Amino acid sequence: MSEPLIEIRDLRKVYRVGKVDVPALRGVDLDVPAAEFLAIVGPSGSGKSTLFHIIGGLTPSTGGSVRIGGQDISSLTDAGRTELRKNKVGFVFQKFNLLPNLTAGDNIAIARHIAGRSPAVEPEFEEVLKLLGISGRLNHKPAALSGGEQQRVAIARAIVNHPAILLADEPTGNLDSENSGVVLDVMRDLNRRLGQTILMITHNPEAAAFAHRTVRMRDGRIVSGAGS
Amino acid sequence: MTGRLVLENLKHKPMRSLLSVFLIAVPVTLILCLEGLSQGMLADSARRARGIGADIMVRPPGTSVLTLSGAPIPEKLVDAIQQKPHVALAIGMVVHNVTNVTFVTGIDLARFNQMSGGFKYLKGEGGPFHGPNDIIVDEYYAQQHKLHAGDQVTDILNHPWHVSGVAEGGKLNRLVVPIRTLQDLTGDTGRVSQVFVKADRPANVPEVLADLKAMLPAYNIYTMEEFTSLLTVENVGGLNTFIHVMVGIGVVIGFAVVLLSMYMAVLQRTREIGILKALGASRWFILKIVLAEAVVLGIGGTVVGIGLSFAARALIQVLYPASLTQAVTPEWWPIAGAISLAGVLLGALYPGMSAAAQDPIEALAYE
Repeated sequence: MSEPLIEIRDLRKVYRVGKVDVPALRGVDLDVPAAEFLAIVGPSGSGKSTLFHIIGGLTPSTGGSVRIGGQDISSLTDAGRTELRKNKVGFVFQKFNLLPNLTAGDNIAIARHIAGRSPAVEPEFEEVLKLLGISGRLNHKPAALSGGEQQRVAIARAIVNHPAILLADEPTGNLDSENSGVVLDVMRDLNRRLGQTILMITHNPEAAAFAHRTVRMRDGRIVSGAGS
Repeated sequence: MTGRLVLENLKHKPMRSLLSVFLIAVPVTLILCLEGLSQGMLADSARRARGIGADIMVRPPGTSVLTLSGAPIPEKLVDAIQQKPHVALAIGMVVHNVTNVTFVTGIDLARFNQMSGGFKYLKGEGGPFHGPNDIIVDEYYAQQHKLHAGDQVTDILNHPWHVSGVAEGGKLNRLVVPIRTLQDLTGDTGRVSQVFVKADRPANVPEVLADLKAMLPAYNIYTMEEFTSLLTVENVGGLNTFIHVMVGIGVVIGFAVVLLSMYMAVLQRTREIGILKALGASRWFILKIVLAEAVVLGIGGTVVGIGLSFAARALIQVLYPASLTQAVTPEWWPIAGAISLAGVLLGALYPGMSAAAQDPIEALAYE
């Protein structure tokens, strides 16, 4: 059996709040094979976002290990985590988080620029932009786009450098049901057509139903769905 | 791409950007005006000195190239100099301060004309002195005070003067009166402020100079070339220090303006910095954006500052043509630009480093 793309073992994270240690993750074990669409659900404070932040290299873990494509990222330095974010993961956030001063096209181009690539997207990525339905909206600034369009631009930006993993944190949390459906369809298409590995945090059971598998978290632990 | 992000950021808050540019421009203007005024006044002094047509200048002990105080030289000394070998003409002059930047010179007009070739009077604006209370004013003084030949003036040394002529500028001071009248008015009867000497032939100037230095060892005696070459910013006591202080203030203002401006910008863009970090932007990338933005503001401030220095010069020329002379100093543009850039880069460093060090999770959660 092939090695999972993401391999998490006894992952722990403790935040220091004043003089108090607050455990956010209390020993998480999880395997995610390549090309899986995984939903992570759980109440607020269950540790979903912390898990994302560690997998995405936004914060280091306190204990345990995370291997992505065989590379242990738990021992990475700040610069190493920056490289991870640049090349191996792409983020989609609930609030879209597009740069408001740049056009949709430039928001995508700057991700390529940061990764050291030419700002112009590859011809095959034009097809992805069509799939996302934003080809005609690239010259508009985020303020001129609907929420659904903004989120699809954010998805395009997240995958423009062909990351191994797309991390989507409540991608439909700020969208109406129609736009939520469009965004989830797009993510499922990306997963099916391009084999994009997707981890999605959601509170919405309908959104979770788009995924191959759902993992439930509570109190910093995975309580169900950990086995792939 | 970085350049586009920087420009879009600046365009996003146009008022903040324009205000920053203007505030950076202020010290640039200050430096250029100060240097321009220093050089302009010195060049003006040199031009006036050359306009006299003398070969040698004799100044009393204790004077500097720019300052003359009172009339301590006995007139008999002028006669003694006149008797020296190879001296074609020696004339004494009295210089008296009227206001901060305006001086009146008392001369023997016939002898001065012999040395300099005389004044050039504006067309229809009179001519030389005819009486003891006549005064010749230069075109700039006449323009500023709306004077014409034949007018009466009473605000110069509280004496009733009659304007006999309006002359082109560039010789002596802006106001010229008969030497005896000025000596009587200032209590300097029988004394002069300085002596100008013309040699019979240019080749004899060194000999006359040596002779005069031997005769008057305590006096400051220069050839006119030597005197005009001494009229530099470096040779005027304290002026260079003053300019350095103003340059220092310029750096501090540029630093403070950009520090506040970029600090505010970084605060306002905390979330955007978080987004860039999530995309994999390094600390250097973030710092580079903040520094690049400051450099654009600094360049803008320098260009506007140069423009404002021209505006200040034009304003002085229109409103006070007889006051200070401000030279255009293009050699100082890159210096003022470098000073401004040094200030803005220093000012942007702290906000830039703060931005670069931001925690991406906290930055993304910033509302």
